[in-house]
Amino acid sequence: MKYLKEYRDPVLARKILDEIRRTVTRPWSIMEVCGGQTHSLVKNGIIDVLPSEITMIHGPGCPVCVTPIHLIDAAIDLAMRPNIILCSFGDMLRVPGSNQNLLEAKAQGADVRILYSPLEAVAIAKDNPTKEVVFFAVGFETTAPANALSLVHAKREGIANYSILASHVLVPPAIKAVINDPLSKIDGFLAAGHVCTIMGNGQYYPLASEYKVPIVVTGFEPIDVIQGILMVVKQLELGTYEVENQYSRIVREEGNKEAKAIIEQVFEVSDQVWRGIGEIPASGYKIQDNFEAFDAVKKFGISVDAPEEKTECISGEIMKGLKKPSQCPHFGKKCTPENPLGAPMVSSEGACAAYYHFSGTSISN
Amino acid sequence: MTHRLLNQGVFEILGDVLVNSEHDGACIVTDEKMAMSTDSFIVSPIFFPGGSIGDLAVNGTVNDVAMCGAKPLYLTLSLIIEEGLAVSELWKIVDDIAIACRKAGVKIVTGDTKVVDRGSGDKIFINTTGVGSYLPKAAISPSRVSKGDAIILTDSIANHGMAIMSKREGLAFESEIKSDSRALNHSVESLINAFADQIHLVTDPTRGGVATVLNEIASKTNLGVELTHEKVPVEDQVAGACELLGLDPLYVANEGVYLIFCPDQLAEDVQENLKALGHRPAMIGKMVEEHPKQVIMDTPMGGKRVISMLPGSQLPRIC
Repeated sequence: MKYLKEYRDPVLARKILDEIRRTVTRPWSIMEVCGGQTHSLVKNGIIDVLPSEITMIHGPGCPVCVTPIHLIDAAIDLAMRPNIILCSFGDMLRVPGSNQNLLEAKAQGADVRILYSPLEAVAIAKDNPTKEVVFFAVGFETTAPANALSLVHAKREGIANYSILASHVLVPPAIKAVINDPLSKIDGFLAAGHVCTIMGNGQYYPLASEYKVPIVVTGFEPIDVIQGILMVVKQLELGTYEVENQYSRIVREEGNKEAKAIIEQVFEVSDQVWRGIGEIPASGYKIQDNFEAFDAVKKFGISVDAPEEKTECISGEIMKGLKKPSQCPHFGKKCTPENPLGAPMVSSEGACAAYYHFSGTSISN
Repeated sequence: MTHRLLNQGVFEILGDVLVNSEHDGACIVTDEKMAMSTDSFIVSPIFFPGGSIGDLAVNGTVNDVAMCGAKPLYLTLSLIIEEGLAVSELWKIVDDIAIACRKAGVKIVTGDTKVVDRGSGDKIFINTTGVGSYLPKAAISPSRVSKGDAIILTDSIANHGMAIMSKREGLAFESEIKSDSRALNHSVESLINAFADQIHLVTDPTRGGVATVLNEIASKTNLGVELTHEKVPVEDQVAGACELLGLDPLYVANEGVYLIFCPDQLAEDVQENLKALGHRPAMIGKMVEEHPKQVIMDTPMGGKRVISMLPGSQLPRIC
């Protein structure tokens, strides 16, 4: 299978789009939860070619965007200490903290390193025994297994100078928070394919039946997203509210057992602050006590108080789908990727970044 | 020690490409209009599939001079070597420089060598400055790019950047991705001799890739760029590597391809000419009046997307 070509086949895309057009009879609002899906919709111009009855609402699935500002400030503070090497995914570097971002801290001499995997950070810790190495572990459930594995590995190898500054968020509570917002009106959901690769589909059945919304798990290629939209539309027209798996080539119903086991070894569910949204109960992971030596919050005495952020960024409304990026008065003017007011403009999964980089005037409304 | 390094090593390896005046500088006599360009090379790793910092340092500057519409003639060569660099690696780099100079048909007329303490550099940095004489028929300038001009790419993109990234990330593919580093001056000269001032602009998309160069031209000319997605040539393997690392080939560095802007009616003849020179050209788009300063590409799904200027740094230490 030529993966890249078959899931981007324009002929197949047109067929599915035609079927959506034939099936839809009235307006529907569908939320794609994951920022990766948002980017696929915008970058591939899918939003331009969907029938006008369908409104795509962009969801909160951007872990970089929802990382609480006090953790960004903590990461910068740690990075500025001379004996600490702060490791992070590239995305986090330009997210604004209260005073500056990690990239600016790096320019001032902080040892900040961009990595693709937390296991690289463990290796750096091993190679630099006189320094402390902190990995800024941000993500949804998708990145939790690798982050957990890095702690298991560090504990086993006795690498005491490694720790993670964790900011993990969970999708199902976020969907619940969005549905419960009195201003939001969402008829169906595209659930995040890579989150479900880890966790499976089980948590979505209670959501679908309680709130009577169809939920389709999709991948990220254009055909995946368009096919997922067709599956949701078909259910909406029939009045059903089931959980379906469009991404069956990757997602198993039970998820990945080994990945889930390692998450359970290291993390436990806790309340979590979502930047721009506020605290959502039982919506994040914290490190269990038996791994507390590797928890940067405890190791370095980081305050967990999350003061309210004074900002002109309307990320909360963007991520709950109440406003589109182009409806923000600062979009493209005061707020650009070079000078962002908030995280959604700099993250590779941020809705504002997607619109800024990929959208022409045709979808600015 | 530096004296020995130069005389017994560098000069000997450079051989016939070196014009050694044995004085502080070179003397060039000319009454022609000259083009000049300089570039510094800090690529890491210094050896990569398809090349090294050595040939990059020659080809990069040779190409910059050629893109002015000039025939590159002479280079300066400045080496900043970190203490501890293996001598065998230095000789290999100098040898690569000599081979690249011979292929490009340029001479090195002056240079400098410095050695810095361990930790004050990173193996080796190289600066080259190139001088060339304008081709009589050339009339190259961004200001000549006009509404309706065809945009032609000479070969597939993203090979250099992905060769570097693959080496850095330790990725292995079924067949190695090789840098496309090569001198383009002979090709440019041939094109200008054939089509003269009908070639409005030639430019090579190095750091920042095709997307960055097209945005710069759209901005300078106040015209729009319309790209056709399926016409942009990317080798399957390179496309796969880009996907793996989350990179868009349009933003990845190239060291052996260039873009040509010419009247639309000439596009087929230009492409035939390029094929005869050994290229595999494609017309990837055109300059338009609509959406000035913006680069817009159609998507396979039937929509459109903006190819914007990427903020912040590109892949670091790529050239």
